[in-house]
Amino acid sequence: MNPKGRPEGESAAKRAARRIVKLSRPSTWAGVATFVVLFAAWYVLTTLTQTIGSGRFPSPGETWEAFEQIALTGYADARLVAHVLHSVKLVLLGFAAATLVGVPLGLAMGASRSVEAFVNPAFLLIRPIPPLAWIPLAIVWLGLGDAAKVLIIWFAAFVPAVINSYSGVRTIEPYLIEAARMLGVPRRLFVREVLIPGALPMIFTGLRLSLQACWTTLVAGELIGAIAGLGHVLYQASLDIFPAMIVVGMAAVAITAAVMTIALGVVERRAMPWRSTR
Amino acid sequence: MIALGATDTLSFRRWLALSLAGLMAFFGIWWITAASGAVPPQFLPTPLAVFERFVALTQSPFVGYTLQQHLASSFGRFALGFGLAAAIGVPLGLLMGWFRWLDAVVTPLFDALRFIAPIAWVPFAALWFGTGIGGPVLIIFSGAFPPCVINAYRGAKYVEPRLIEAAQTLGASHLRMIVEVLLPASVPSIVAGLRISAGLGWQSLVGAELIVASSGIGYLLVKGQSNISTAIVMSGMIAIGIVGFTIDALLRMLERRINRRRGR
Repeated sequence: MNPKGRPEGESAAKRAARRIVKLSRPSTWAGVATFVVLFAAWYVLTTLTQTIGSGRFPSPGETWEAFEQIALTGYADARLVAHVLHSVKLVLLGFAAATLVGVPLGLAMGASRSVEAFVNPAFLLIRPIPPLAWIPLAIVWLGLGDAAKVLIIWFAAFVPAVINSYSGVRTIEPYLIEAARMLGVPRRLFVREVLIPGALPMIFTGLRLSLQACWTTLVAGELIGAIAGLGHVLYQASLDIFPAMIVVGMAAVAITAAVMTIALGVVERRAMPWRSTR
Repeated sequence: MIALGATDTLSFRRWLALSLAGLMAFFGIWWITAASGAVPPQFLPTPLAVFERFVALTQSPFVGYTLQQHLASSFGRFALGFGLAAAIGVPLGLLMGWFRWLDAVVTPLFDALRFIAPIAWVPFAALWFGTGIGGPVLIIFSGAFPPCVINAYRGAKYVEPRLIEAAQTLGASHLRMIVEVLLPASVPSIVAGLRISAGLGWQSLVGAELIVASSGIGYLLVKGQSNISTAIVMSGMIAIGIVGFTIDALLRMLERRINRRRGR
């Protein structure tokens, strides 16, 4: 079986046929129908009957205009692309920094009871504080700039990275560890060939959780105070009471989150080619 | 030294010594950094100063209320948002687990909305419901809702088929099937979902209060921030941590009790 779970050597025609079968499933059509009905209801209620005033929720036309405005001329000091890139850059920076510190720490805690005993008490004290609660502290310390955002994202990603790397090591089958020890595998090789690959599935679970936490936290941080980014767009739109731009901002938040989750899934499959997915 | 497996156990005394050393290192570094004057106390107070401020906040009001009153108003919002999420989410999940057409209609919609971070609802929450209680409740709801639905749905989907078949043979109606077969069988999954949902709801509440509220623990944090008082901010963070931990511990107890009664 290859990673996609299809039989080897499947012809293009068969694959196309499979896709058509998938498309013609009733559930797919029900989903499409839901969206069509909702969109129609949206159009009718906001544009035709105007039951919902544009001060509460925008019409499709207004939303499209807001999208054109932010995509082409810009809103809240920048165009949509710049806002998205700014937010994504900060998330990736904080996420990478947290992964670089959190995963090795979690691995060390999993591998050695002594490290665990030393680090755990302080870790348990910090753990119940939600990442969003670090925002005011980060602002006091570092102001409203990018450094504060990266610090908050770091906190959001750090805890799940540590916990999951730790339990990843603890779920490695003991016979693998005993076999490696019996064969006298040197420590460096042990870490590279047994510890990390064994913990990798759990590590990725942790990374997926922490990526979501990072994104939520960043949007919150930017809503509270920022000069650019999607949260800043939402903040500006709510100040201006511009519902159409709020919808555009929310859609951008959702789509960016979805794209990042999918990208991490691709990395996950590349990093663990030995695992066939679902 | 990497020592894994059954042979790797610490003696209790060594464990205690290391744990204490870890705690002392944590507070020691904090204390020394703060007391040395390298960082002004406004930005990094000593642990003792934070503790004193914490006690002071419980006795004299800050921005209108004492710490307990702020926590009480936060908890009221949390209970309302979480209660609504559970009251709507769990039945919806069970219904989706039973009626295929509902599953087919709701799932794509749900998947599309799930990617919106709860906090991104803040502008609409403020616009539609204001900053008193409605706005924050909407945000808590949007954080707490998905786990309620997903876990009730999964619970209902993984009910043993023979239970369903038996009930069908006996001519159970849709309503009785959901209330008397699917619901009891999926209680463990639902409770696990409630625990996740309470955690996310509490987090969303903090976020909501940082932005749209005029009382509550998040509001206390924001005011501490604008007064540049790290001691107040840290006191608030500690209170948030304690309440969050307590909520989780209570639900974990409930979870354990239910699982024990079911002989797991």
